Amino acid sequence: MAGSAARRTTRPTAQRAVVWRQFRKNRLAVGGGLVVVALGLVAALAPLLAPYDPAAYDVKQILLSPSAAHWFGTDQLGRDVLSRMLFGSRISMAVGFVSIGIAVLVGTLIGTVAAYYGGRVDEVLMRFVDLMLNFPRFFLLLTLIALLRPSIWVIMAVIGFTGWMGLARLVRGEILSLREREFVQGARALGAPDLRIMFRHILPNALVPVLVSATLGVAGAILTESGLSFLGLGVQPPTPSWGNILIDGKANIEIAWWLSVFPGLAILMTVLAYNLFGEGLRDALDPRLRR
Amino acid sequence: MFGYLIRRLLISIPLLLGILCLSFVMLKLAPGEPTIVQQDLQARATGAQRETLRQLYGLDKPVYEQFGRWLWRVVRLDFGRSYSPDGRPVLDKIAERIPITLGLNLLETIIIFAVAVPLGILSATRQYSLFDKAMTVFVFVGFATPDFWLALLVMILFGVQLGWLPISGLRSLNFEYLPFWAQAWDIVSHLVLPILVASIGGLAGLSRYMRGSLLEVIRQDYIRTALAKGLSKRVVIYKHGVRNAVIPVVTLFGLMLPGLLGGSVIIETVFAIPGMGQLFYQSAFSRDEPVLMALIVIGASLSLLGNILADVSYAIVDPRIRVSGRRGV
Repeated sequence: MAGSAARRTTRPTAQRAVVWRQFRKNRLAVGGGLVVVALGLVAALAPLLAPYDPAAYDVKQILLSPSAAHWFGTDQLGRDVLSRMLFGSRISMAVGFVSIGIAVLVGTLIGTVAAYYGGRVDEVLMRFVDLMLNFPRFFLLLTLIALLRPSIWVIMAVIGFTGWMGLARLVRGEILSLREREFVQGARALGAPDLRIMFRHILPNALVPVLVSATLGVAGAILTESGLSFLGLGVQPPTPSWGNILIDGKANIEIAWWLSVFPGLAILMTVLAYNLFGEGLRDALDPRLRR
Repeated sequence: MFGYLIRRLLISIPLLLGILCLSFVMLKLAPGEPTIVQQDLQARATGAQRETLRQLYGLDKPVYEQFGRWLWRVVRLDFGRSYSPDGRPVLDKIAERIPITLGLNLLETIIIFAVAVPLGILSATRQYSLFDKAMTVFVFVGFATPDFWLALLVMILFGVQLGWLPISGLRSLNFEYLPFWAQAWDIVSHLVLPILVASIGGLAGLSRYMRGSLLEVIRQDYIRTALAKGLSKRVVIYKHGVRNAVIPVVTLFGLMLPGLLGGSVIIETVFAIPGMGQLFYQSAFSRDEPVLMALIVIGASLSLLGNILADVSYAIVDPRIRVSGRRGV
């Protein structure tokens, strides 16, 4: 037991400092990280930050262009676009994190089992991964949502359960290489049970690439969600999401550019921030790129 | 090589069957069934009439039997008739949309390759220059831009503000009455915005890939050798470098194959283009199972074929790769 406590920190602190130093050098990645944190705060504090009630409509304030009172203008029901976007950020964050959480869980589970047991199990699971990868993804998403009726839970589940295949392959590859390392063989020689070797010794070491991949995955999930919402398949109005505000943008395209421009800009910035942050993380964590 | 191709094709068959079986079961397990959707349209249909309809479509049989029957018909290229009120043969409905989607996507693919490869070469040969940095920004922004939003932006700019281009459909209402040249321009002007929007993502990805590929090749020993023996930098880069670097980029075409016929649901919906993506969208919502299944057959087959094509073409253009050593995708 004493031995396992000492082994819990698989990366020595010195290495953590190296990674941090490396990451800090990449200004774009740091900027991305700051935006990611800021977005988290905005989503958490939306009710405090929003200048108006996002659902309050006002027939006298319909489709006003941006002004001091309404920074991002108002929509066709007279609702404040900025307030709706602030609340919409909660949807994007929630869908991004929950769906990628699902994908990480499923991918890690399948990748781990395939790699650790190998042979027939591996063959069957990897064929299943091939099958899912060749399933035209947008077809699958659309069909599932059309059959199940769109809601935020369906969106999260559907994005998660159709997006785990890359992670499964990644985890499998990591584990296959870790499995042969001395410290795992040592643990096996000491008679540690399978599950313990897996969760104590192998998975923590495979976690880093998974983390990077998940960060990039959040960006992808936010993009997918906004696209589905834009098609009317995501979060249903009156709940605001960046994608469904853009539906109003398209409906009023001839008269109200602000309904289209600002929500899209928010999606772009969010996805960009997560991508820069994720890539910076990957570069900092990859020792081969260090000079 | 030939043996490898055969083996890959054989592996694909059970994968395709798996995908079709999964889709079929998914459609059947979902709550409700197509006859209910039809009943909404004809409110007076009685229970007995619905039962007749179920028997007609074979919906009263167990799922595995329905799948077996469906598969047996598909093997003989009979995809049945659409459940939608027009009741037309599925193949007809698809056939009339293929030229539109295929034409649009072929143009798009050609443009992507024609523009992205030179851009990638310029970036790589001028690494860290202002141009390269601008390209990097373009690539990152391109990856993060939702295509439907970009569509809205160009519609606002070129369609609404400047009024240069039409923003939806493939033809103007008065198309029939226009002289030939005006007709040609009408078609082109309708295509500009969808193709522009649909190309941006691929352009960003492919130019980045080309850049990386060339940068890697330039570091190889044979490039250093070529430079050392006194060849000009220009000759070395274009004759030795680019030729080798473009190989992995060209093989990406295989991976674009499913998109050629599948079409983009989002682009086709935003620009109101009556292509395959739009057909899928409509069929998913009206639960038009025969059409949906036919589209899944096409999509999944192309995806599997595209992967094989990518791997095989890679092996053909690059003799260094020994095919037998590679695991199937």
